[in-house]
Amino acid sequence: MSTLEVQNLTVSLPMGGDRPEAVSGVSFEVQKQEILCLVGESGSGKSVIAQAIMGILPKTLSVTGGKVLLESENLTAAAPSRLRELRGARMAMIFQEPMTALNPVMRCGAQIEEVLECHRTQGSGDRRRRILDLLREVALPDPERIAASYPHQLSGGQRQRIMIAMALALEPALLIADEPTTALDVTTQAQILNLILELQKKHGMGVLFITHDFGVVAEIAHRVAVLREGRLVELGAKLEVLQRPRHDYTRMLIRSVPTLEPHARPADAAAPLVLQTRGLSKTYAGGGWLIRGPGVPAATDVNLELRKGQTLGIVGESGSGKSTVARCIVRLLKPSAGEIRLGDTDLAHMSARALRPLRRRVQIVFQDPYRSLNPRRSVGEALVEGPLNYGVPRAEALQRARRLLALVRLDGDVLDRYPHQFSGGQRQRICIARALAVEPDLLVADEAVSALDVSVQAQVLALLAEIRTRLSLAVLFITHDLRVAAQVCDQVAVMQRGRIVEYGPAREVFLTPRHEYTRALFAAAPGRSFAFGG
Amino acid sequence: MLQNWSVRIGGSALLLLLVLALGAPWLGTVDPTLFDAASRDLRPGAAGEITTLEGDSVKHVFLMGSDSFGRDIYSRVLYGTRVSLVVGLASALVALVFGVVCGLGAGYLRWLDGPVMRVMDGVMAIPAILIAIAVVALWRASLPTVIVAIAIPEIPRVTRLVRSLVLSIREEPYVEAAVALGTPTGKIMFGHILPNTIAPLLVQGTYICAFAILLESILSFLGVGLPPDIPTWGNIMAEGRVQFVAYPHNVFFPGVFLAVTVLAVNILGDGLRDTLDPKMAKRV
Repeated sequence: MSTLEVQNLTVSLPMGGDRPEAVSGVSFEVQKQEILCLVGESGSGKSVIAQAIMGILPKTLSVTGGKVLLESENLTAAAPSRLRELRGARMAMIFQEPMTALNPVMRCGAQIEEVLECHRTQGSGDRRRRILDLLREVALPDPERIAASYPHQLSGGQRQRIMIAMALALEPALLIADEPTTALDVTTQAQILNLILELQKKHGMGVLFITHDFGVVAEIAHRVAVLREGRLVELGAKLEVLQRPRHDYTRMLIRSVPTLEPHARPADAAAPLVLQTRGLSKTYAGGGWLIRGPGVPAATDVNLELRKGQTLGIVGESGSGKSTVARCIVRLLKPSAGEIRLGDTDLAHMSARALRPLRRRVQIVFQDPYRSLNPRRSVGEALVEGPLNYGVPRAEALQRARRLLALVRLDGDVLDRYPHQFSGGQRQRICIARALAVEPDLLVADEAVSALDVSVQAQVLALLAEIRTRLSLAVLFITHDLRVAAQVCDQVAVMQRGRIVEYGPAREVFLTPRHEYTRALFAAAPGRSFAFGG
Repeated sequence: MLQNWSVRIGGSALLLLLVLALGAPWLGTVDPTLFDAASRDLRPGAAGEITTLEGDSVKHVFLMGSDSFGRDIYSRVLYGTRVSLVVGLASALVALVFGVVCGLGAGYLRWLDGPVMRVMDGVMAIPAILIAIAVVALWRASLPTVIVAIAIPEIPRVTRLVRSLVLSIREEPYVEAAVALGTPTGKIMFGHILPNTIAPLLVQGTYICAFAILLESILSFLGVGLPPDIPTWGNIMAEGRVQFVAYPHNVFFPGVFLAVTVLAVNILGDGLRDTLDPKMAKRV
């Protein structure tokens, strides 16, 4: 008897969607003590499958065909009350964002206790003991203190551990993990993956692990199911799928994953300097009304050099100050100390007025393609805005916009359309075109490909590389993804707690890391033993 | 938007009121200031006579009765609709324009935030009706004065709304991208941020409109609004109040019009909120 059996599951979308069904005739099973990874790009229907199994589909979606069997019990025909009994007790789910999955005004211990209260009749003393046991089991230090804490007092990794403890509270047969490590840093991700592996072995659960990241798949899966637009394209053992993918789509996906091996492109050491920072620091002012509290240092003594036609990567986990540095260099933030030399001019302490004519030379592309374009402005307006600011006549600016759209592989006739009519990848191309419209010397890409699907990410990365060589731009590339950094960067700076801990040519940093933090970071990269991108 | 029932109902009720207001002269009314001593205190539907400006007596059916001067309530109520709608729309417009400017300034320009918001807090601390009475008392009671008097207490509310919207929109990457492109601050405020605040502002505007109509009637009723020779619902009710027990129709008809109008505007506002903010609509 398998733990979970999904037979021919079909979930319909409401009328007017981009396809009639979110999930079409998907069948797979999860055995006892098995981790099945459900892989797919955004919109492939992987989360919908999880919701259909748990019986928590949004009201607009409905299961229109097939069966879901949990330990041979048909869930699609079960009454809501029976489903409520099974959720938590026999199947449990953890989510991507533990901050929003936990109730912010309830102590963590009480949230776990709620699960126990709803399903078991136990004395409060027994419950208390069980909660502490669970917290110990998910390797949280000082369970007493954690149980009495509110979610915001814990780190992202700790919050995800609380979620796992809640899911395990009643020893379910099936654990559904919906992108549980996507919002976490690499080192934390590695710990959580280990924890899930360990608990799965210990309790003999079946795990349905949903992810978009082939690195994570390589770390954790026993078997892999690949989804595309609601259909199952490939299902097989991990090594079989990763090494000998049978379907073209799977092959394309695996090929799109960047390798951890740094590229071997030689960098011209004599190219002119475009950007140089010296002692760049940013301290956020502390609170307090009459007396200022102590400030929070976000970046301390950052020294960088970037030459024409080259890419400098800043790599670090969240809170390492990499974005602060980027925003200081674009002067969206005013640095507290240090110099930002762009050619011969120091931007660091210029007034907004003096800065305006220079802004043209440094442009930025942001992470979230959905928020980077004003929803009420057409693509054409977005592209001509910069040139118009610098006195280019409208007709010429429009001409330039058309040229740029061709450069980023979009048709010139999209000028009159609005951002919501484009996909994430297309929007990011528009953002790149917008940045290039004012002919900058330096392009800052702040996690510019992090929100994109792997296949789209590969295309945008190729586009960035092409633009860099064609326009001999200097690119400052901020990323948390070591694979992406290895592929695009000539130089790499590794940041931790606002400081650069290692800085040098990409090959040196990647192949012979000297600082222990760099080494820890590489050790945590999922799927590092696995050669992707072949 | 037109598929939403609240928008349909509220919108058509308002449209009907607008037709009544604009078409008042052709809907069997007489000049609302005309009176006839012979037709005093007539019940609704009674026939009587009315003296025109030329001094001729003409027959007239008093659909909603007449008041103690012998004026036609029906005509007065219909002409009063004009005043109410004008006051409502104009007050909302004035409050929105000033509120948007103050809110954009306070939200986007750090140094303006403190001063502007403290002034707004001060205005908010005084009851709306007191401010309105004070403003009308300072200047002569006329239509523009009343509109300004009603708009002033609404400005802080709009300012607060706009400021909070601006505070979140200014952090959006597209605004930062505009900064990086060298777009001047004024253009960012009015070109990038303002268009993204329109939807919630429109909704707030309808609520202000409803409240303004109500406040205008209250002011007229209290005798501090428009002069009594201008027919407004508040004035009609104020004059009818004395003999309310004997002749309730003097208060009843303008009261019903007032209630229906305010209700229609509020329903329209709810409908707009649901359709313009898809997040709210999905929850229903």
